[in-house]
Amino acid sequence: MILLRPLGALGAQILSMLAMVGQLALFALETISHLFRPPFYGREFAQALVQIGWLSLPVVGMTTLFTGGALALQIYAGGARFSAEAVVPSIVAIGMVRELGPVLGGLMVAARVASSIAAEIGTMKVTEQIDALVTLSTHPMKYLTLPRVLAATLVVPCLVAVGDVIGIMGGYLVGVSRLDFNSAAYLKNTVDFLEVFDVTSGLIKGAVFGFIVATVGCFYGMNSGRGAQGVGAATKSAVVAASVLIFAANYILTELFFSA
Amino acid sequence: MIELTQVHKAFGPKKVLQGVNLTIPKGSSMVIIGGSGTGKSVLLKSVLGLVSPDSGSITLDGQEVGTGDRDAFLARFGMLFQGGALFDSLPVWQNVAFRLMRGALKRPKAEAREIAIEKLRRVGLKPDVADLFPSELSGGMQKRVGLARAIAAEPEIIFFDEPTTGLDPIMSGVINDLIREIVVEMGATAMTITHDMTSVRAIADEVAMLHDGVIQWTGPVAQMDASGDPYLEQFIHGRAEGPIEAVR
Repeated sequence: MILLRPLGALGAQILSMLAMVGQLALFALETISHLFRPPFYGREFAQALVQIGWLSLPVVGMTTLFTGGALALQIYAGGARFSAEAVVPSIVAIGMVRELGPVLGGLMVAARVASSIAAEIGTMKVTEQIDALVTLSTHPMKYLTLPRVLAATLVVPCLVAVGDVIGIMGGYLVGVSRLDFNSAAYLKNTVDFLEVFDVTSGLIKGAVFGFIVATVGCFYGMNSGRGAQGVGAATKSAVVAASVLIFAANYILTELFFSA
Repeated sequence: MIELTQVHKAFGPKKVLQGVNLTIPKGSSMVIIGGSGTGKSVLLKSVLGLVSPDSGSITLDGQEVGTGDRDAFLARFGMLFQGGALFDSLPVWQNVAFRLMRGALKRPKAEAREIAIEKLRRVGLKPDVADLFPSELSGGMQKRVGLARAIAAEPEIIFFDEPTTGLDPIMSGVINDLIREIVVEMGATAMTITHDMTSVRAIADEVAMLHDGVIQWTGPVAQMDASGDPYLEQFIHGRAEGPIEAVR
């Protein structure tokens, strides 16, 4: 009987997680439905573009720069075991645009944006600002959720594109300065081996990750518990859920795009 | 006229409203009193549709509140929230003019700002407050801004949720006087929830006491002191002894 208790607790956790996934899916569908029903709040959308896109540029840029450099060192060291050091530029480029650019960009935006959206909306809920919006004839989903979700879906691919370029530059800088690659040859190898779909698949991933990050942030904010503890828990859950969903979505999209 | 009939609402096992019957005549100022956690805010939010009752009927001028055009329904209301509920990201004047900058009541920006400044002046705030952000204001000023926002679109019905909570006695008096003046001046129907007896005497035409999920007593404020109701007497005199348990 005692052994059944942990199993029961595990079952309850799984059921609660499934319920959350269902609620999140319904929340996402409701958000999308508002895309086709006015009114639209352009000012809030513009602010969200700046908050999510422009202000995330430094963190995404730094992350991809260092990752590109580290990737070049790793591929060089690994490739040296079978005399394949020359593949560094092409593998860095493909690795950045297909995987690391979108995933790292998505994760950094999840850490920065999902948390801030959940905390902001959660605080608005706790301080009755969401109720105040309703009494002022303003739908919270239209005013708070849709602008953020739309902005993140559009702007994260741009961040990914910038991150891709900076990441490849990181690899290039290390390749030329530390690994004795010829500058022109490195760039030529990068361009020659990269295909258009390598880039577009990464950008599509970025759009999906942006949608996930903002939707999850808004969902947890709107469903935040009371008080500082409730908002804190919502913020933490938003970052964890957004990160896990990004990894899951990344696998599914990679299967869709690149499986044989 | 707002009419509540047999309104019930429970949150899980906790039954908050257990058959509330209450009528608020048009143009009158009804104050609902009761201890903390007795469901006063839930009652008020039920009328606005922010909380859905489990059963019962709530009508405004004979029409069920959940039916009809929601925006048109909400446009008839103004509400002052307990903590002000001002939007942190907007300056004061945009908080006040929020309804006037969106939706059916939308005005040009300059006109909305002008109205906001006039409403701020009406609640005793200077025009230079208009460009400050809510975080730069004291609690009393935030309440006044909340009051200005509640009256900005000149609603027919105004709700006040704990309007003097957290304020010093002088600022409470100022807010009470403002509420009374504004309600009389606008001819609005007012519904206030509070446990501040000074507010009750300053604001109310009618008083209703909510206890154990039902309206325990209701009547004109002038009859409140001679009601003979033991619950009401214990509450208005703040006695620990009586039919209302001190530990809830």
